[in-house]
Amino acid sequence: MPTRDLPPDKPESTNNQFSGGTAQDPASSPRRSFLGGLLTAGAAGVGALLIIPVIRVVLHPLLAKTTEKSWSDVGKADEFQAAGAPVQRLVQIEQLDGWRRTVSQKPVYVARDSAGQLTVLSAVCTHLGCTVPWIDKQNKFICPCHQAIFDPTGKLIGGPAPRAMDVLPMKVEQGVVRVQYQYFRQLTPNKEVIA
Amino acid sequence: MESNRGRKSNESVFTRLMRWNDARTGLNSLLRYALDEPVPGGAKLAYVFGSALLFLFLSQIVTGVFLAMYYVPSADHAHTTVSYLAKEVSGGSFLRSVHSYGSSAIVIVLLLHIIQTFMYGSYKGRRELLWVVGCILFVLMLGMAFTGYLLPWDQKAYFATTVGTNMLSEIPVVGTWLKQLLRGGTEMGTLTLSRFFVLHVFLIPALIFLFVAQHIYLFRKAGAAGPISADPINPNLPTEPFYPKQLVMDMGFALLIVIFLGFLAWKIPVVLGPKADPSETVFLPRPEWYYVPVFQYLKYWKGWTSVIGIMVIPGILGLLLVGLPFFDRSLERRPWKRPLSVGTFAAVFLALAFFGVQSHRGDLRDPGVAAQLQKQQQHEEEFMKAPFQPELAGASGGGAPMDVLAGKGQTVFTAQGCNACHGENGAGTAAAPKLVGVAGKYDAAKLEAILRAPTKQMALGGMEAVDLKADEMGALIAYLRSLK
Repeated sequence: MPTRDLPPDKPESTNNQFSGGTAQDPASSPRRSFLGGLLTAGAAGVGALLIIPVIRVVLHPLLAKTTEKSWSDVGKADEFQAAGAPVQRLVQIEQLDGWRRTVSQKPVYVARDSAGQLTVLSAVCTHLGCTVPWIDKQNKFICPCHQAIFDPTGKLIGGPAPRAMDVLPMKVEQGVVRVQYQYFRQLTPNKEVIA
Repeated sequence: MESNRGRKSNESVFTRLMRWNDARTGLNSLLRYALDEPVPGGAKLAYVFGSALLFLFLSQIVTGVFLAMYYVPSADHAHTTVSYLAKEVSGGSFLRSVHSYGSSAIVIVLLLHIIQTFMYGSYKGRRELLWVVGCILFVLMLGMAFTGYLLPWDQKAYFATTVGTNMLSEIPVVGTWLKQLLRGGTEMGTLTLSRFFVLHVFLIPALIFLFVAQHIYLFRKAGAAGPISADPINPNLPTEPFYPKQLVMDMGFALLIVIFLGFLAWKIPVVLGPKADPSETVFLPRPEWYYVPVFQYLKYWKGWTSVIGIMVIPGILGLLLVGLPFFDRSLERRPWKRPLSVGTFAAVFLALAFFGVQSHRGDLRDPGVAAQLQKQQQHEEEFMKAPFQPELAGASGGGAPMDVLAGKGQTVFTAQGCNACHGENGAGTAAAPKLVGVAGKYDAAKLEAILRAPTKQMALGGMEAVDLKADEMGALIAYLRSLK
């Protein structure tokens, strides 16, 4: 079978249909190459001036300082102190989403830890994220989805959940319990903040 | 047979790569065609305006595209998003300022380009179409400036565009109809903003691309006209290629413009005023500087004469401008040998400059107007100093507003963990069916009954009995029945 090689690539200009005249390379003479360098530098300058702000605008989500975590009011500390069982409250959480602020309500429990100190628990089950109700008659938290059971301090006592109910960062300011709402990863034995 | 590779091995990789590419794309000959454009009589600074315009237009595209990354064209959000861009986004204010000053720069360079072409008589000698396409580009660019001005949706944008679109209704017969079409309704509103956005970002730029391509094609077809002494059809002068000298001049001019724009944007960032408030009654709108002469001119025409002012005179002037190469057939290019056309051109320019000055002086003379304009400027400065205020979005989910009882019921719904299985707003999940439309299935009493004692099938699915006090149950039922 006869084989045929591709002929070598010829410069197009030899059979140029456009330019009638000069077959010489535009960048051949030294004066032209100096001006060519000047042009490259100029173009680079113009480009940089425009591109730098563009890059900053595009990278803004990386450059911007992260917004401070917001604290939400839960309620008066002495009310929770007086209560015998965990108390459910809805906290308003504010999130900044670019140019908008979204407000949503999340359920939390104000309970006491084993030492008797107030703690704020996320009502989101550590198993698959259902909202866990407090069952007063049984003095337990029982998740309706898969029967995970937690004691009044939030400790895991039974069911498929991998860990205790998640404790949220809280502080008491002028008698008011405030909480920083967080989301945690489900199904992991260790508490891991995701947002 | 000798191999290609062996023969060319003394060449650099770059040269070989370029040849490889050229054999497939023809890029070199295209580049050579572009760069070897013959300039009769040699390179001149007077010829830099055309490429500067092309360059400025590219700069507007680049800055505009990235401004759009943060912009929302709706009356609800436009102002907030521009404010976010100007106050929060790194480099946002700078980019916005370069874009805004860039529009003024385009108008200035466009005028210089027209003056140069006119004074040099470069529209003569089979260049009628080139000139007409240039006139179309001029109108399109003014359209870009007009539509872009509204987009920030601040007070001055809103009221200047209200006045600008109101002028349309002065046109006999179709005026009101035209105004309504451009506004997307009888009044200015969110549809006006959508229309202006689409015009500014899609339609007019597409037309500009089209006509710029034609303009450049027709220019290369006719060839550069050269200096005023040359014959416009056969310049008969020694030529110099466009590259490098003319290109260096063009690039140098473009660089100067960019540096100047960057300096302005850095030192005097463009301000954003308070959000458009249609109920405001004392706001005095003032257009961008390049529309001020027209704005002032239109003030002189009242009542029935306004048809002459708005239609007849601009119509005649427009016809004279577009038709110039058709009326002015002589090949004479020296301005002092063309007193009629040069005189008319200069008179129109002087008149526009005069109107501009008159408008400015009028504003200064009237103490009430001067005070109001100063107050408006003060409001703008105050707004720019105030920190960015994010817009409050509705609580998670959305939908129709609900009554107080149902609102309380939503709290119960979340507190009881119903949303865990039935989803936010009862939208349903894999674990449990949706509750939307449950009102059509059960009345309130039946709903309460099955909530307190779920059916066997429901219990099998994991539904638990809901034990609530009467008022909470009432609220929950009201909420469930409100889900649509």
